[in-house]
Amino acid sequence: MDAHSHHEESFFRKYIWSTDHKIIGLQYGITALIFLLVGFLLMMVMRWQLAYPETPIPFVGSFFGEDGILLPEIYNSLGAMHGTIMIFLGVVPLAVGAFGNYLVPLQIGAPDMAFPKLNAASYWSYFAGGVVMMSSFFSEEGAARSGWTSYPPLADIEVGQTIWLIGMIFLITSSLLGSMNIITTIVQLRAPGLTWSRLPFFVWTQLVTSFLLVLAFPPLEAAAVLQLMDRVAGTSFFLPSGLVISGEALAVSGGGSPLLWQHLFWFLAHPEVYVLILPAMGIISEVIANNTRKPLWGYNSLVYSVIFLGFMSFVVWAHHMFLTGMGTAMSSFFQITTMIISIPSVIILSALFISLWGASIRFNTPMLFALAFLPMFGIGGLTGLPLGIAASDIYLHDTYYVIGHFHYVVAPGTIFALFAGIYFWYPKITGRKMNERLGQLHFWPSLLFMNGIFMPMFIQGLAGVSRRLWDGGLEYAHASGVLQWNEFMSISAWLLGVSQIPFVINVFYSLKGGEKVDSNPWEATTLEWVAPSPPLPHVNFETLPEVHREAYEYSLPGRKRDYTPQTEPKKG
Amino acid sequence: MEIPYTVDERPDTGVYNAKLGVWLFLASEVMLFGGLFSAYVFLRLGAPVGAFHEWGLELNVPLATLNTMILISSSMTMVMSWASLKMNDFKKYKLYMALTLLCALCFLVIKYLEYSSKIDHHIYPSTNTFYAIYYTLTGLHGLHIIGGMIVLFYLWLPGSNMWDTKPEQFTNRVEIVGLYWHFVDLVWIFLFPILYLL
Repeated sequence: MDAHSHHEESFFRKYIWSTDHKIIGLQYGITALIFLLVGFLLMMVMRWQLAYPETPIPFVGSFFGEDGILLPEIYNSLGAMHGTIMIFLGVVPLAVGAFGNYLVPLQIGAPDMAFPKLNAASYWSYFAGGVVMMSSFFSEEGAARSGWTSYPPLADIEVGQTIWLIGMIFLITSSLLGSMNIITTIVQLRAPGLTWSRLPFFVWTQLVTSFLLVLAFPPLEAAAVLQLMDRVAGTSFFLPSGLVISGEALAVSGGGSPLLWQHLFWFLAHPEVYVLILPAMGIISEVIANNTRKPLWGYNSLVYSVIFLGFMSFVVWAHHMFLTGMGTAMSSFFQITTMIISIPSVIILSALFISLWGASIRFNTPMLFALAFLPMFGIGGLTGLPLGIAASDIYLHDTYYVIGHFHYVVAPGTIFALFAGIYFWYPKITGRKMNERLGQLHFWPSLLFMNGIFMPMFIQGLAGVSRRLWDGGLEYAHASGVLQWNEFMSISAWLLGVSQIPFVINVFYSLKGGEKVDSNPWEATTLEWVAPSPPLPHVNFETLPEVHREAYEYSLPGRKRDYTPQTEPKKG
Repeated sequence: MEIPYTVDERPDTGVYNAKLGVWLFLASEVMLFGGLFSAYVFLRLGAPVGAFHEWGLELNVPLATLNTMILISSSMTMVMSWASLKMNDFKKYKLYMALTLLCALCFLVIKYLEYSSKIDHHIYPSTNTFYAIYYTLTGLHGLHIIGGMIVLFYLWLPGSNMWDTKPEQFTNRVEIVGLYWHFVDLVWIFLFPILYLL
């Protein structure tokens, strides 16, 4: 032990301006959970307008105008900010910032991240980005209203976008600092004996995710700089010649291309999809291996698949752009790469399913969420195939089908995985288990209402209802047959909100009232369970762990216990 | 337990932490400028044939050539300053670092002269897409120069007393800021032909 652990740190130094990866992970986690709630609340307001168009919103209506009716431009703002907040301020910071930060050093047996100060800078840059984003709601122009994709020319001329761009630059900086740190930590700080083939699968997913962030985010930063120039310096990067707005020619030089934005944007935003899902797969793998009491089926296939997935995610971006008229040759190329990338995803999902085969499964709350993740992500993934094929995408593009597809991937997919992770590692963070009964009360309604929201979206989408209608499709004849689903989805959404209450209660209640447990309550094999709960400030472990085994040695034949920690030496 | 490999190399990877970190940072920088370079290609292909070349004729090639020489020299003095530390010659380090900073300053002054002469001729980023990408690329590159200068200045004066206490770590710091400096130099070597010559 070094000098760190002897002198007492002040409250400010310990909990606010901390460089300890565990505190930073918790800061990330708490902030991201709050943003998830904010993003969810925005959506609950939008769903009122969709279910009961042009009727005053109850309780919160006065925020949105004198008569409490949601105006179309505010609806657009809420939509754009829902997407932005959920992705950039909620799910990614929770999956990478919180779980990555807290667990990666523990799982590789390191005392901290490689660059603790950069780590703190990463969190505070994220925090600043969040503050900037939220401040746009209170600015004179209002929040961005051009969708989270910010397509020009609309985004070049619509109000509120400048603050969004500045916020994004902070968030991108934060991601870059965080992901470089995670890669360096994994490459450099692995404990003695922890070879690549012994890494827990979660660490692999964090490694690949971080590479995606390092390489995919800068082009979006470039795009954000160009859009900022368009808005502030009057350039025409994304504005074509002869653009006419409300009957008046726009006074710019022109010569730019809206397609340029789409290419730069999707070059980030497609890998971003894998940033959302890979850490979730990592968490699920840990929970499944532990609760099936078996080694993960096909560890090598999982690792190769996740690397291949990361690589392929850079060459599929234009499948978001089949309708832009970029040409059939381009469409064919991206259609083929998109079909190829589905192969490793299916391998991962299959390996996880096969891991369940013949296991004596423990059905605790984290495992329930993990088990629900598999089919939910499966639905999300499979419904993506018709969108990846140019011919069917022409019909489905920009309908509720797309919304249903990616929400299945992210909401009952990634967010369920994150819940599984929170229930699973809570004892490591606090030394107490979360309440099982409240956990079940959280899980079952969540599963039900998630499907209540997103399943009807496929029906509406197949009927051709556009995703961006303020009135939910009232004015369209082809939508009339499926409009009754709007109310059903909205009620499901509000009830989903209600079903999160047991979770919030559980998190706070279990801090004091949860069952006290030792450092390895789930009888797990990986290194984080060797450290005390909570792990020691700044150093994590009492002694430097040494690794002698692969990550998931459960139920080895001829042993008394059904698990063998990675630190246990092999005999002979 | 201290964080391992902050100064020494990890045997199986052959690098110390910060060196890997800076390479990753440079990889992201490649992607940042790569995105902007591809924007340049996209806009050039979309412009009328020959327009980009014609618009670019207004730029001052001799000044930019001079600037290229200056920046390449600064890369050389940067290496020399690191090599001096490796040879335990702190005085030479100070000298070469000062020269590097001087070159960087000259570069910025010349860039300023170029900008102001363009603005005097009423050529702004909004003039056409060529000048839009010209100002954006050179501006962002200039910001990278300024950022680098701040770190170089820190290592030249206030931070240099680290040499007395932790010479090895100080040398590493000079090495990684050197890597960054070469990268910024390299970006200019791409910028110069595509903006001034093509």
